[in-house]
Amino acid sequence: MLLASETAAASGWFLAHAWLIPVIPAVAFFLIIFFGKRLPRGGSEIGIAAMLASLVIASGTAYQWIHLVGSTEHADAVSKTVTWFEIGSLKVGIGSRIDGLAMMLLFLVAFISTLVQIYSTEYVRGDRRYTHFFASLTLFSAGMLTMVLAPNMVQLILGWEIMGLCSFMLIGHWWEERANSEAALKAFWTVRVGDMGLLVGTGVLLALFGNLDISEINTKAAEFSGNHALLAFAAVALFIACIGKSGQFPLHTWLPDAMAGPTPVSSLLHSSTMVVAGVFLVARLYPVFHTGLDINIVGHHFNLIAIIGGITVLIAAGLAFVQNDIKKVLAYSTVSQLGYMMMGLGVGAWMPAVFHIFTHAFFKCCLFLCAGSVAHTGSHHSFDMKKDMGGLRKKMPITFGTWMISTAALCGVPFFSGFFSKDEIIDSAKGNDYKVFFVVGLIGAFMTTAYMTRATYLTFFGKARGGAAHFVGEHEDHSHEEAHDEGHDKADAHGHDDHHAPVVHGKPLSFAPDDSPWQITVPLMILGALALVAGYLNAAPFKIEKFHEWLHSSIGVEVPEAPKFEWLNAVPSILLVAAGFAVSLLICKAVFGEGNSPLKGLTQRNALLGAGHKFLVNKYYLDTLYEKVIVRGIAHPISAAAYWTNQHILDGIVNGVGKGGKKTGELVYKYIDQGLVDGVVNGSGTTATHAGGALQPVQSGKVNLYGALLFGAAAVGALVLVLVNS
Amino acid sequence: MIQEQQWLLSLGTFLPLAGVLVMLFIPKKDEAMAKGVALLTAVATLGVGIYTLVKFDYGQSQKLQFFTTNKWISPIKATYTIGLDGISLPLYILSMVITVLVMVYSWNHVPNPGNAKAFFILMLVLQVGMAGTFVAQDLILFFVFFELVLLPMYFMIGVWGGENRQYASLKFFLYTMFGSALMLVAFIAMFIVTKNHATNPDAANFSFQWFHANAPGIARNTAIWIFGGMFVGFAVKVPMFPFHTWLPDAHTQAPTQGSVILAAILLKLGTYGFVRIALPFLPQAAKTWAPIIAVLAVIGIIYGALGCLAQTDMKRLIAFSSVAHMGFVMLGISTLTPLGINAALFGMVAHGLITGMLFFVAGSVKERYHTLEIKRLSGMLKQVPHLGWILGFCAMASLGLPGLAGFWGEFPALLASWSPATILTDSAMGNHELLYRVLTVISAFGTVLAAGYLLWLYQRTAFGEPSEEFAAHGHDDHGHSDIHDVNVFEWIAWTPLLIGIVVLGVVPSLMFKVMDPAVQQLTSVFGK
Repeated sequence: MLLASETAAASGWFLAHAWLIPVIPAVAFFLIIFFGKRLPRGGSEIGIAAMLASLVIASGTAYQWIHLVGSTEHADAVSKTVTWFEIGSLKVGIGSRIDGLAMMLLFLVAFISTLVQIYSTEYVRGDRRYTHFFASLTLFSAGMLTMVLAPNMVQLILGWEIMGLCSFMLIGHWWEERANSEAALKAFWTVRVGDMGLLVGTGVLLALFGNLDISEINTKAAEFSGNHALLAFAAVALFIACIGKSGQFPLHTWLPDAMAGPTPVSSLLHSSTMVVAGVFLVARLYPVFHTGLDINIVGHHFNLIAIIGGITVLIAAGLAFVQNDIKKVLAYSTVSQLGYMMMGLGVGAWMPAVFHIFTHAFFKCCLFLCAGSVAHTGSHHSFDMKKDMGGLRKKMPITFGTWMISTAALCGVPFFSGFFSKDEIIDSAKGNDYKVFFVVGLIGAFMTTAYMTRATYLTFFGKARGGAAHFVGEHEDHSHEEAHDEGHDKADAHGHDDHHAPVVHGKPLSFAPDDSPWQITVPLMILGALALVAGYLNAAPFKIEKFHEWLHSSIGVEVPEAPKFEWLNAVPSILLVAAGFAVSLLICKAVFGEGNSPLKGLTQRNALLGAGHKFLVNKYYLDTLYEKVIVRGIAHPISAAAYWTNQHILDGIVNGVGKGGKKTGELVYKYIDQGLVDGVVNGSGTTATHAGGALQPVQSGKVNLYGALLFGAAAVGALVLVLVNS
Repeated sequence: MIQEQQWLLSLGTFLPLAGVLVMLFIPKKDEAMAKGVALLTAVATLGVGIYTLVKFDYGQSQKLQFFTTNKWISPIKATYTIGLDGISLPLYILSMVITVLVMVYSWNHVPNPGNAKAFFILMLVLQVGMAGTFVAQDLILFFVFFELVLLPMYFMIGVWGGENRQYASLKFFLYTMFGSALMLVAFIAMFIVTKNHATNPDAANFSFQWFHANAPGIARNTAIWIFGGMFVGFAVKVPMFPFHTWLPDAHTQAPTQGSVILAAILLKLGTYGFVRIALPFLPQAAKTWAPIIAVLAVIGIIYGALGCLAQTDMKRLIAFSSVAHMGFVMLGISTLTPLGINAALFGMVAHGLITGMLFFVAGSVKERYHTLEIKRLSGMLKQVPHLGWILGFCAMASLGLPGLAGFWGEFPALLASWSPATILTDSAMGNHELLYRVLTVISAFGTVLAAGYLLWLYQRTAFGEPSEEFAAHGHDDHGHSDIHDVNVFEWIAWTPLLIGIVVLGVVPSLMFKVMDPAVQQLTSVFGK
């Protein structure tokens, strides 16, 4: 049974026992489900303990991996598996496969999950499904961890789909409201559309390589010499799965709706789990994509991954400008940043892209938790920046401070973590001769800064409005209610956790000048600190390459070396970030500030701008296309037509045969053999209309007779067949 | 062939008849007694089944075990030959488990118009037919058992069924009978042809051994015709598109117990027939028919799913989903590869557990709400939380979530259909590689539709607030309410199924290990 490689035992206890990392939370899930309600803290203690245990083992694993990398020239992945099932020559194991990439994500997921669970103890306190919430959260982490250390495609799919299930449960956590259950369904379905690609792509990999083992697939794909078209097909199919999971254009539409779930879920979903899974898959099977899609071939300036990533960067950033809901700004921001990661992988910048997963996790998690903190404490459980926020910076110093650090990191302000990862992606695009994506990256940087400035301004600066005004203690006339009832928030006027807030939190509004409670602020501070410093693991300007050292053996294929860092090359992006900040601030002051500005209400007055605004508010009409045209098309006319065919044509034939049989029988009875019992006749479905028990002896007698005749016919038929064919 | 404990399979198969015999002498009024005897018999039968499981030699699961052969109806050369190998073992046991669980469920759920005695007798007779089909190693014997299940099911639907039961039961009976007739034609033809061409015609008989040795030698054109006859017989039973129209009616009208048995076991008789009889006896013809089967299977997957989306009745929706799921099973079979056939066999058992469970839930919903109209149901999670959870669990299992049993029927079938058996991609004889690849992609889309109809069903019935017309019933905590959560009989009947879904999902090798050697041997006739 045991296929454990010797290296596992030799290289340390944690590397050999890394399989415990997902198993502990998976077991915890069952414990919480079955016993959680009886525990004093409703099962959250099990969840947190499990995540802490995972974190400890993940840290040990990371430590031992780093040690291993330091002590050997070429560190291979450390696998430990047992046979899961065997069909003929196909042997599929289950267990763990640790390399740099897996190690990094294991740590990241365990770390962020722990913080999010601690945060949740306060955030969802008193929730009607508190125990279920923690159970799902724990299983969610278990799913991601299972996927991250998968030694083969089957285990990877297992983890991948468990996450899909948990996202369904968590997004639909407050399923009493239609909008939430719709969001949950939408998330599951959209991802499932992509999963078609995962199933088919895995089939192609099996056909190509005769195996589903990841190490083997990567080795063989790196030196591939077979049918290139088929490998390209596999890569495209698998990438479709990544598009669905990682919210890439055109399947990104489920992500913003997923904001219907509680905020801790959004933060977990958007930082280290779920949406990162798609990027992870590309990074994990990089040789397949690299070879299959001709990445880094001289003269190729485009490929599918880079194109999809690039489009996603821009369209998502565009949408972030018109959101009133702070969580939706962040959601689109995530989509856009995932676009950066994909784009990075598409231009051969594996290391910067993976590093961006790492840094992004900290600051995006922090931003979401900040948004939750604002809603929980500052804005009367609302996420509407225009109605219920503003001027919160003084009353919520910790939230504000960590938000600012994370925003700076997200925008790529020099010396914050995002700078070191995002700038490397942009730089590599230029260095690897993907000029178009270099420009896309720069524009994206500008847009990111601009929309984040807008969100920051609306949330923390200016005059406090609505819930925030209440919290800050300022009196406010109620004009805001009409003033902001502009109608363009119709599209996103539903489906948030704010609707439930009063019931959910059940906590009286705090008028204290303090920030949120410690369960919320401590995770914020930890994440804020990491948003500041995480980038120094791989800081090109300072020649630090630790991250590269630990992870480079995971790439599995030759990629161009990262261009040498020069401050001069970073100037354009830094300038654009500064410009984005300045332009956005000016516009925000004009539009949302107190003075009278000609910019106010411009979208209502200028037809062209208005149309553009409307186009963005309607999310490029993609949702309309999917929901109104495709889904409704399948759900209504197409399925109705299929069913009509079934009832009228196929069943019509059956009933027709029945009726025909009956008619024939009647004729036979009438004209040929008066004495014959009309048995054959009643072998028709139409006798259904005759009331009375089918059990009556006469009638069942008919059935038997019919059967007897049929067998007679069968024997004759057999004879005919034999005569014809012999 | 292992000829030890030759009595074991006969005992397991016919033990229920002893129960029937006893029950005949129990007065009709003494319902508890009748139920008790029936349940006891079923449990004893399951006990024999478990003993079989223990005694089964897993190291040699490709061989027929507990094998016995005897003279039976000598004039027509029919023999009493039975045996069990890795392919039939899971289904044989499943039939026994399902019968016991259905009886437990029936304890306080005998459908109108009552008469527990007759109802339980029918279930025992059904059990004989089901178990017998899976152990039979003789075509006539197989046919007799195959047909034996028809009558009890006919009466179950016709007497204890819904409003339109007459129509549904007759349609079920006649449609299946029509298929069986053609199947019998094929059996007899195969016998005569093999006998005529054999070197030792006097030894000819209907046992599988004879056909294993002689049937593959039948001329290809003849074999294709014979396969066609079997195809119709089995395809009606599966049911494959376009022979499926009896199924939604039968399921919708059948009492819960009938639906469960129908879904869990009866449909598998068809797919089992393909694997056990059609493929190994007529490999040449199978090669010709496989692409046709594959196409029909995939049409079934998509078409069944679309049918589901159009339904307004929960039970009918589940019935249509069977068409889609059995499509995956047939797709697996049509690849003629070990992977595909393993997937198909796994899919049969998984579908039995999952869809059986879904029909149980539908029955309990009907009992509580007196309707299965999706529009009128809502907020089950709030009103009957356990039932709502179980429905959600089964929906997830049914849509093929990895970690639950359904996945192992679908996913390997898709893998296999991307690379079907080499005799199907052999360019000298017509290369079907591209066809199978296109079919793989289309059937992958079927998994999306499955998520569509199942979660849509779940959203409309389980999420939200309980609808007003039923809301008043639910909040009564004094036990007087008619809308109550899962009761103890239901828990006993369902827990084994739920556990089975999880266990097989987590440890698929439990079954693959048993089936694989037998499947490898079976597919060896198709070359590599």
